[in-house]
Amino acid sequence: MRNENDILPERAESIRFSQCSGDGSGIKCEAESISGSVSQRACVFCGARVVLNPITDAFHIVHGPIGCSSYTWDIRGSLSSGEDIYRNSYSTDLRERDVIFGGEKKLTAAIDEVMSMHSPKLIFIYATCIVGVIGDDIVAVCKAAEEKYAIRVIPVKSPGFSGTKKTGYKAACNAIMSLITPEVLPPKEVGVNILGDFNLAGEMWIIKNYLRILGVKAISNITGDATSESLKKAPSAQLNLVQCAGSMTYLAKQMEEDFDIPFIKVSFFGVNDTSDSLLRIAYAMGDAEMVRKAKAFIEDEKNRVIPLLNKYKRNFEGKKAAIYVGGGFKAISLIRQFKEFGIKTVMVGTQTGNKEDYEMIQSLVEDDAVVLDDANPAELESFMKEMGADILVGGVKERPLAYKLGIAFCDHNHERKHPLAGYEGTLNFASEINLSMNSPVWEIISPGGNKNV
Amino acid sequence: MLDLTPKEVSERSALRINPLKTCQPVGAMYAALGVHNCMPHSHGSQGCCSFHRMFLTRHFKDPAIASSSSFTEGASVFGGGSNLKTAIKNIFDIYDPDIIAVHTTCLSETIGDDLVTYINDAKIPEGKFVVHTNTPSYVGSHITGFSNMITGLIKYLSENTGIKNGKLALFPGFVNPGDMREMKKIMTLMGVNFTMLPDTSGVMDAPMTGTYSMYPKGGTKIQEIIDLGNCEMSLGLGELTSSMPAEFLDTKCKVPYQTLPLPIGVELTDQYVMALNRFSKNEVPYALEEERGQLVDILLDSHQYTQNKKVAIFGDPDTVLGLAQFALELGMIPKYLATGTPGKFFEEKANALFEKFDAEGCIAKGNMDLFELHQWIKNDGVDLLIGGTHGKYVAKAEDIPLVRAGFPIVDRYVHSYLPIVGYKGGMRLAEMILNTLMDRQDRDCADEDMEMIM
Repeated sequence: MRNENDILPERAESIRFSQCSGDGSGIKCEAESISGSVSQRACVFCGARVVLNPITDAFHIVHGPIGCSSYTWDIRGSLSSGEDIYRNSYSTDLRERDVIFGGEKKLTAAIDEVMSMHSPKLIFIYATCIVGVIGDDIVAVCKAAEEKYAIRVIPVKSPGFSGTKKTGYKAACNAIMSLITPEVLPPKEVGVNILGDFNLAGEMWIIKNYLRILGVKAISNITGDATSESLKKAPSAQLNLVQCAGSMTYLAKQMEEDFDIPFIKVSFFGVNDTSDSLLRIAYAMGDAEMVRKAKAFIEDEKNRVIPLLNKYKRNFEGKKAAIYVGGGFKAISLIRQFKEFGIKTVMVGTQTGNKEDYEMIQSLVEDDAVVLDDANPAELESFMKEMGADILVGGVKERPLAYKLGIAFCDHNHERKHPLAGYEGTLNFASEINLSMNSPVWEIISPGGNKNV
Repeated sequence: MLDLTPKEVSERSALRINPLKTCQPVGAMYAALGVHNCMPHSHGSQGCCSFHRMFLTRHFKDPAIASSSSFTEGASVFGGGSNLKTAIKNIFDIYDPDIIAVHTTCLSETIGDDLVTYINDAKIPEGKFVVHTNTPSYVGSHITGFSNMITGLIKYLSENTGIKNGKLALFPGFVNPGDMREMKKIMTLMGVNFTMLPDTSGVMDAPMTGTYSMYPKGGTKIQEIIDLGNCEMSLGLGELTSSMPAEFLDTKCKVPYQTLPLPIGVELTDQYVMALNRFSKNEVPYALEEERGQLVDILLDSHQYTQNKKVAIFGDPDTVLGLAQFALELGMIPKYLATGTPGKFFEEKANALFEKFDAEGCIAKGNMDLFELHQWIKNDGVDLLIGGTHGKYVAKAEDIPLVRAGFPIVDRYVHSYLPIVGYKGGMRLAEMILNTLMDRQDRDCADEDMEMIM
């Protein structure tokens, strides 16, 4: 029985039961959330902030009341191999009089105060909701500061209400373009940029290491463990690898247009996606030696990792997974990865997936799976229960929900505990879902050890 | 690591670095979660609601539900009236709460949305309620938002029917569910008939039962909030947080009030117990006397380890003041007291406390950030930090141990289930402080100084 009464009528088109729609083309996505729903989604500012946050030597100044900066203070577990500046929280902490008289002076003063204490190379100024409304001209303030201090001070136009989280990704990509666009295009180097890895738990380092093994030079990482100098080298790359497609395809297209850098989409989640991506990178580089190295490395890694993964298979038999993540590309990778483990995906949802993502998702899951866009906790609850999910993969707001339902959980978002990318990431992922699904805690939930209370 | 803080303190007028506060709406959301069958509603952009739910979830490790008006570009130009109207309808249709508690955001405040009119015009099903409070993010802090939401609930709901109900109205302050449980326990022991608003116990520390309930069992019932107007008196714990609702209930429903500091440590818990004693005229039962005696016994047994230790305490104003008094009872020197919440009250109260205990060389400052506290510590160090998670950066940079107490604590478990208030809370705090200091001594001492018995 579908709990159709639990679904807002306006939401019905954002939920698809595979057997009735078939091709997935009918799902409603990339739309504003409905007023009054308990959405798991964030805002434009959040989108911009999460993409730019990993730039380690930037001063990220949030221009707005204190909340926007305190909620995004060291928000996402991006690691740094050098600077730690990005892990501090800077803001103009706008007060009532600033809202009445305008915040431009305070913003200018805040930049001056940063300059008096440190020697930044790069400052981002984020415009929040209120700045959009009171009409502060942050572009002018940034320009004046650039002239005064001869450093980059880049405005990020991200008033929360001005679109969805995806609009924020675009604002961030525009800021990156503003930083990296050179006066004259540099000569091409043999090497690639990695777009859309944020070095959560050190995943960028895993990917860079793989590229090193293949003999592919990583020129710039965008934005995990990036610095302003490393980013500026990006235009010289001959190829862009796009991992988090939701946030970075826009940037890749811009770079293709402006710098003549083609891109391919890659994924390093799961053995198959990782292997496939490495091979495609080698082919795209057009170097036979790289292809040979990639094939050899993939084989070695498969020989090492698959027997280890097979040890979990007995525990995974008959298990069912539910996925609720930010972007469509990650959801697709996760479905494939669960398939590798012999786990059936019974529910898939994303916050910002687009039509193509959903078509791909529909083609990967079985007929009875539930696919939903911008879900709320009530929907997640009702479908996970109905579909009998054993584990949910999601982010911070989904964790306690899953636990309350007695469903195992793995954070594949900002709070991931171990790197989940590449071959070792796949092992970590298998180990984590195994631990969570088979924790002794499930045995003691109710007296007598009956899990289904 | 993370040690970018220059020792030299420079005057800042515009830049806030590493804040010790957040914005009003999250406080309002937390307060609304302490009402039974209530949907907190954020009237603003979707991000606000999402961030607040994330923030609360990270602290309590429990689901925090709330809905959003999901402002778009259009709403920010034409006003959020239709968004709220749609929201109210959808929320009652689908999530079926008994009450929706709306708070505003910087966006809806700045564009001048008139919530009173919107709510008057809204279709509210029979027997259901919609209340609101104004929580502009650019005024006060999350503490202000918490007070505002309680006040808003009273404003809409509480009535004085002229027939007293014999109850005490208790405003617990911005504390954890574990603290609220302890406050209630003490009232019950004192034979006090009470209503506590808000009451997040049983909501944000709800047990695992194998089923998810959007509205867990806990929370103050609407009928109880209505009946607050008939209480004999109200008691506001945490003077900075609870004065506003207590005063308002007096103004609206003629319920006399008293405010007290948060009952942290011996003397402040004594004050709480004595206030309950005056209210109920009941003798203090042996169970409480025994707890008090145990706490004093513990402080006596261990005082050599805490005496003259310098401590920096940071966080929300009432919590910091309570912890400071307890630190003084332990013979510690509360060298720095810091809160991000603006207002002179904090400094005045702290200075009075320093005077009372003859504590010299201690500084308290409101409207402050962690960056400045870090600078103070760099210039003149302390032995211990007490505060929330964000202090761990200072702790790591300066190699000073940290006891986690207050809000937010997003990197540890269990804290929200157990009290720091009351005599039991005092025992827990004493244990945390002693363990931290003594673990440190064991770790740092030379082999020959290692003691078996401490």
